Amino acid sequence: MRNFFKKVKKSIKDFLWDVRKRIKIRQRKIGAYLDERNLNLATKFPGWAKALLYLSPALIVLAIFTFWPIFNAFRLVLYEGYNMTDNTITGYTIFGNFIKVINDESFIFPAQHTQGTAIVNTLIIVFISVPISIFLALFISVALNSIKPLKGFFQTIYFLPYVTNTIAIGLVIAYMFKSDGGLINELLGLGEFSWIERGSTHPRAMFVLIFYSIWGSLAFKIMVFLTSIQGIDKQYYQAASIDATPRRRIFSKITVPLISPMIFYILVTSVIGAFKIYNHIVALFGVTGKPDGVDFTMQSIVMYIYKYIDGGGNNLSIAAAGSLILFSIILILTLVQMQASKKRVHY
Amino acid sequence: MELRLENLTKIFTNKTGTDTTAVDNLDITIESGTLVGLLGPSGCGKSTTLFMIAGLVKPTSGKIYFGDDDVTRLAAEKRGIGLVFQNYALYPHMTVYKNILFPLENMDVARDEAIQRVKDMANLVGIGELLDRKPAQLSGGQQQRVAIARALVKRPRVLLLDEPLSNLDARLRLQMREEIKRIQRETGITTIFVTHDQEEAMSISDKMVVLDFGVQQQYAGPQQMYNNPGNLFVAKFLGNPPINTFEAKIDKKHLIINEQKLMKVDLPDGTYDIGMRPENFRAASSDSKIKIEVDIKEIFHIGRDTMIHFEFNNQNMRALVDSEAVTDKSKKIDLTIKKERVYIFDKKTGKVIDHA
Repeated sequence: MRNFFKKVKKSIKDFLWDVRKRIKIRQRKIGAYLDERNLNLATKFPGWAKALLYLSPALIVLAIFTFWPIFNAFRLVLYEGYNMTDNTITGYTIFGNFIKVINDESFIFPAQHTQGTAIVNTLIIVFISVPISIFLALFISVALNSIKPLKGFFQTIYFLPYVTNTIAIGLVIAYMFKSDGGLINELLGLGEFSWIERGSTHPRAMFVLIFYSIWGSLAFKIMVFLTSIQGIDKQYYQAASIDATPRRRIFSKITVPLISPMIFYILVTSVIGAFKIYNHIVALFGVTGKPDGVDFTMQSIVMYIYKYIDGGGNNLSIAAAGSLILFSIILILTLVQMQASKKRVHY
Repeated sequence: MELRLENLTKIFTNKTGTDTTAVDNLDITIESGTLVGLLGPSGCGKSTTLFMIAGLVKPTSGKIYFGDDDVTRLAAEKRGIGLVFQNYALYPHMTVYKNILFPLENMDVARDEAIQRVKDMANLVGIGELLDRKPAQLSGGQQQRVAIARALVKRPRVLLLDEPLSNLDARLRLQMREEIKRIQRETGITTIFVTHDQEEAMSISDKMVVLDFGVQQQYAGPQQMYNNPGNLFVAKFLGNPPINTFEAKIDKKHLIINEQKLMKVDLPDGTYDIGMRPENFRAASSDSKIKIEVDIKEIFHIGRDTMIHFEFNNQNMRALVDSEAVTDKSKKIDLTIKKERVYIFDKKTGKVIDHA
């Protein structure tokens, strides 16, 4: 029986070997044919043309799905009264659409009897949940790195949110924070305390959203920090321990500086990610960002933009203006971070 | 600070449960203020011994004493040692100044005193002008000096160096060798360093320990160890060009080589391992008592000396003789060697047998 399998294995390997040989012969023949007729791309094309040829699949996709939409955003912003179905406009404007967005209710200024605006909500998420989640992720990854037993088990647990669907987790969180029989109210003995439903307030809803976004974003951060901590030469820690360095100082003077490039990378990407928050809010508060019977809105900038894209196509100019505003905020913040990092990030 | 190792043993157990004895019953007393070299081939347990003294590796059994203190169970940070790692382990994000200051920041030292100590130490090791550089901007030798300064600035009881010179080029190595010796002399600190380079160990240590498979072979001063090797391993390990070894019979109290009687020895008859260092041979004169005629196979002129190749009992031998003793056309030569420079080793145990 064993011999039989050996024979089968050998004949498969022989076959593959043969095929490879035939392909090579074929390639050589084609090469010779092309050389004969002076058609060989490898020698005939200049370097840049070859580069362009090889890049073309990615370039075509990028052009259709990234560059063309970006160009369109700039185009749409200049139109007044754009109608998508007829493809007609009533005039041109430079700042008109931006002014409309800024004056729009619940973008910068809250609407009547409504707390929270798109800008405020987004900024709260960016400036509260990002720093907290980075600090938490740092501490958890240092802790995970120093435990030996059940290491794999804990790593899996902390990594679970990353492989789970955002909306699904959001629904679970929403269920946990339900006023009637939700896990949190049961555990804390709060009775029918409203977190995200009728009767809740803006700070309470924001607390749930921050809790959820921190938890959801920890996984990736922990993974990145843990790998970079594991990449630090053990000798630095041995040297530090011989010098009787307390754990706190090892963390702040050795671990953090040595992984500072990674912390900066995480900071930039999570700030950008937080500005684009959308899924989390939809999962908790629905597509409008405003559950029934509350006096606040949880809508973010991206939700605001999406509302105008969705609205029949006649308000695309406003959506374009909104997205350009978002783009410039992110651009400015990232530039500021890059400047600040020159002093703080080592290497 | 006197340092004492008593029956120190380290056994590593791998995942399949097989034991490897890295260090086997080490018993060494290192006098205060001496520079001791731990010498041996790769994998002989010398770094393990060093790390056990440092407290980074826990011994399986045995005891370590610093003076009268038993430090065997003490954590690394409480032992008061300075350790210089093979690749220095300087913190790359800190300047030289911060690197040297780092150990002091964890101690109860006044700030002014700490700064003064950093400066003094930097001047002692000769990097006074480099304090605001980062380690990446330093040469290997300079990094080495920073590492030594960082280890010494907290005034440790013992200084440990793990292969301190292996990352330096040949010229720097010679220079740093003397530097380490000088720094050790000036501070008077008990120092242990690990090396696999016998020349390095011989040139700077006050005493050397030779290890093989975790077992101590000999503990003595370098010249004493060279002239009176305790066993065949030590004899083979020290010396460049290496010692000539061959088998020879003692027949009726005479050492027989190439069917000639070389000399009279007061040992029972039998087969022995014999060692003779190439530089201990001389061209025999007419009144030499110990004399043997050999057929020269090859002659190499190497400056001051001449190396000749010949055979003893079918073993290739080398001898360094005065260049005037042989010409290129010489076919034969009479060689002599002092009786105490003929090392006779027991065939079974490899131990040297005193015959002089």
